[in-house]
Amino acid sequence: MARRVTLQLGFQGDTRDVAVVIPDDEPTPWQWGDRLSLAGSETPRIDGSLKASGAARYTYDIAIPGMLHGAILRSPYPHARIRSVDLSRTRALAGVRAALTREEKMVLFAGQEVAAVAAVSPEISADALGLIRVEYESLPFVVEMEEAMQPSAPHVFASGANAGAAKLFAVGDIAQGFAAAAATHEAVYTTPVQAHVSLETHGALARWDGDELTVWCSTQGIFTVRDDLALFFNLPPEKVRVISTFLGGGFGSKFGAGAEVIIAARLAREADAPVKLMLSRAAEHLATGNRPSSWQRIKIGADHRGRLVAIRLDQRGSGGIGGGSGSSGPYRTLYQCPNIHTEERNVYVNAGPSSPMRAPGWPQGCFAFEVAIDELARKLGLDRLDLRRRNNANPVRELEFQLGARAFKWDEKSRAAKGRGPLKRGVGVAAASWHAIGTAGPQAQAIAFRDGHVEVRIGTQDIGTGTRTILAMVAAEELGLPLSKVKVEIGDTRYLYSVPSGGSGTAPSNTPAARQAAAHLREKLFRLAAPILGAEVGDLEARDGMIRVHFEPARALSFAETCRRLAGDSLSAEGERVPNYEGFRRDQAGCQFAEVEVDSETGIIRVLNVVAVHDAGRIIDPLTARSQVNGGVIMGVGFALFEERRLDPNLGIMVNPTMDDYKLAGPLDVPEISVAFVEVANGLSNTGVLGLGEAVHVATAAAVGCAVYDAIGVPVRSLPMTPDKVLAAMGKI
Amino acid sequence: MVSGSDEDERATRLSRRAFIKGAGAAAAVASLAGVTASSSKADKNNDAAVDAEAKIVEHLGPGATTIELAINGVPRKLTIEPRVTLLDALRGQLGLTGTKLVCDRGACGACTVLLDGDSVTSCMLLAVDARHHAITTIEGLGDANRMHPVQQAFVEKDALQCGYCTPGMIMSIVAALRRNRDASPGDIKEATAGNICRCGTYPHVLQSAAAAARKLRGKQFQDKA
Repeated sequence: MARRVTLQLGFQGDTRDVAVVIPDDEPTPWQWGDRLSLAGSETPRIDGSLKASGAARYTYDIAIPGMLHGAILRSPYPHARIRSVDLSRTRALAGVRAALTREEKMVLFAGQEVAAVAAVSPEISADALGLIRVEYESLPFVVEMEEAMQPSAPHVFASGANAGAAKLFAVGDIAQGFAAAAATHEAVYTTPVQAHVSLETHGALARWDGDELTVWCSTQGIFTVRDDLALFFNLPPEKVRVISTFLGGGFGSKFGAGAEVIIAARLAREADAPVKLMLSRAAEHLATGNRPSSWQRIKIGADHRGRLVAIRLDQRGSGGIGGGSGSSGPYRTLYQCPNIHTEERNVYVNAGPSSPMRAPGWPQGCFAFEVAIDELARKLGLDRLDLRRRNNANPVRELEFQLGARAFKWDEKSRAAKGRGPLKRGVGVAAASWHAIGTAGPQAQAIAFRDGHVEVRIGTQDIGTGTRTILAMVAAEELGLPLSKVKVEIGDTRYLYSVPSGGSGTAPSNTPAARQAAAHLREKLFRLAAPILGAEVGDLEARDGMIRVHFEPARALSFAETCRRLAGDSLSAEGERVPNYEGFRRDQAGCQFAEVEVDSETGIIRVLNVVAVHDAGRIIDPLTARSQVNGGVIMGVGFALFEERRLDPNLGIMVNPTMDDYKLAGPLDVPEISVAFVEVANGLSNTGVLGLGEAVHVATAAAVGCAVYDAIGVPVRSLPMTPDKVLAAMGKI
Repeated sequence: MVSGSDEDERATRLSRRAFIKGAGAAAAVASLAGVTASSSKADKNNDAAVDAEAKIVEHLGPGATTIELAINGVPRKLTIEPRVTLLDALRGQLGLTGTKLVCDRGACGACTVLLDGDSVTSCMLLAVDARHHAITTIEGLGDANRMHPVQQAFVEKDALQCGYCTPGMIMSIVAALRRNRDASPGDIKEATAGNICRCGTYPHVLQSAAAAARKLRGKQFQDKA
């Protein structure tokens, strides 16, 4: 059964009524103007004290009796055939309980798994690896994308060419578009391979109990890991339990059961004892994923009024032996243009495989496209913000541009002198976009206990965004309870199903399930309270810890008293995340402004401040939301200025698989960051929550790149914008 | 061809730690180099020089040995090989897993603990060299129900996301505020310059440090560290 409701949806200055059909048992979606008591207020995360006191137990921290320590031997060669692996000396070492080798004989990158051991201590495991004798036949390899595209280049895969098929997207007619252009700009932009650098490395603790497998895993997708393990070991999924209580970062690299998880479970089975296997920092850099590189040849044109008339992208990128390098998203999304043609191509090289990373493809595309827009604006003699507003494809972003420009003092700063000394200041602005609307699938359980507290259980996981906190806030809101009365249990496949935490989907996918579960629980409690209050269920409301008759608030029963009258110890209800409704919009906007200072003598760039304006539907917790924005910006500063996986072209190995040589932004590199949110009532789900993690990272490197161009008068078309590239762009070296 | 890369890697790691410790830690040098029977005169001279400087003469390893560490005000006995770092001893032997292993080479600050009140990276210190010093870990600062003002401020200002850098970050700030309760934001940035956070908590970390400093100045908080 379903009912039709009319929702007021939209954002400040543009709201409208939208008719929506929703299931009968679904709470009416929150809409424009709804005043909520908890949701929307700055709330410290409910598990913060566990993290701040060191009590939070991550996979790396779990120890169980009889646990062995696993370790992996990795190929030192970028391309080789394994002739033989001799484990005899390893197996003979006292304390070694299991050893295994790679079945596949080819290794395709330096760092690929070759053999593994489990021993009674980490030290003995390390010794045991040293006793493994491997005979390799080293083969020709290629680690540079340009070289890999040459006809004479060694093949990464025996089965085919290194360059994959082109993926095409086309609307309109770009030849016609360029013919109508008053100005065009064409150039090549590049971005490097970026590493995720999750602080908790990948790994797992695996334990067999007969044919049942329990795995504690540092993962952002417990059900994905469960399914991967069930498939590998040919088990029904219910025989596999995966637990991820706390997770030390993932950023897209921890979705499924990676080789190290499978290896831990195989070692545990061979040793008949639990095995814990956490990767070293070097292995984390080499083998657990990365953001692919990109080479982007762009041609764009605009008419005399500054309207974009044609966009062409010829892109290739390399994710090592993985794909997923496409970066056309921003070109097709940020601005209105009738004629767009994009071609994307993966190029394979002998390096560790890519994996999704924070808005896959978008920061690369946004950097190149937005710097190109600035170069075009200069040719047209137009203000860069004006050019963007003339072509803007999203009305929410128009408001965000206005708010951001005011907060940033764009008019003043963009016209200011760049500085007469060697230190040059510049400003830039870039648009962001993402589409974190969430999906159906998650199911939540809400349980009231006799002592008056409520527990929400759901098989999601917290990648660090504060998932427990927003779920508790949503449930408490629905039940009219203080936050302290709601606990949230996540990170275990014994709870009801939820989706992986990726693509900014956690909040929009899980909060509606939690809200529906809480609403169903409230109805059950109302049925319990109604006869006691001598009222109809339909006349009751839950507020301020009370269940009361809404037209006669004095007739009330406290939530705690209601729970004391439960027949059993607890009362449980379930809720599900239903598919998205029609809603207001299915995308989100955003924009970021950056100010930089460039030392024109040393080439060193400092990012001074960033203004970030974003929308994510209804923001449940502005405090943790702001943390996410800061994080997206700071990771973007690293992408703009510092981060790059460096491979030695002669040896085919990574030369910086550490945290001192692979440089992340540190406390001294961080700009002043101002954050503003534009609330959008989108009505896509009962909470109207969208995700934030990706959108806030898309535009930062682009805004910094635009600001550098403004400061020194020449574009730096290659990330990271290291001092040598800055000086080269200025013609100084 | 034969791969000996992991053996080589370990050898490098050991010599690096020995190098970092330098001449100030006889026990470390002796145990790592296995100088139980130095034959050459040069070696003996070296031993003598080290002994004279450190006033400690001891030969440990290569097998496990029993030592005592003063951790969070409590003497703890543990049996470890001399090559075990303080970090691995804390996490593996003593179950104090609040201190995190991230880079394993002193580059990220996640394993920061206090040694006699000063911040050190515990991955760069051998457990045997931490004897005779007062060690404070995140667990010794306060627990979830009774937090140190810096921990409390981290929660209130949301200076943590995934939480993995958080204990090290907190220890660096506690050390900085012990040195100077009037630490400026610049001082705090310097004090945490070696603490790397991938989630990007730095802005809220700075706010937390400032809030905690105000509280510490106001209340004459008794710091157990």
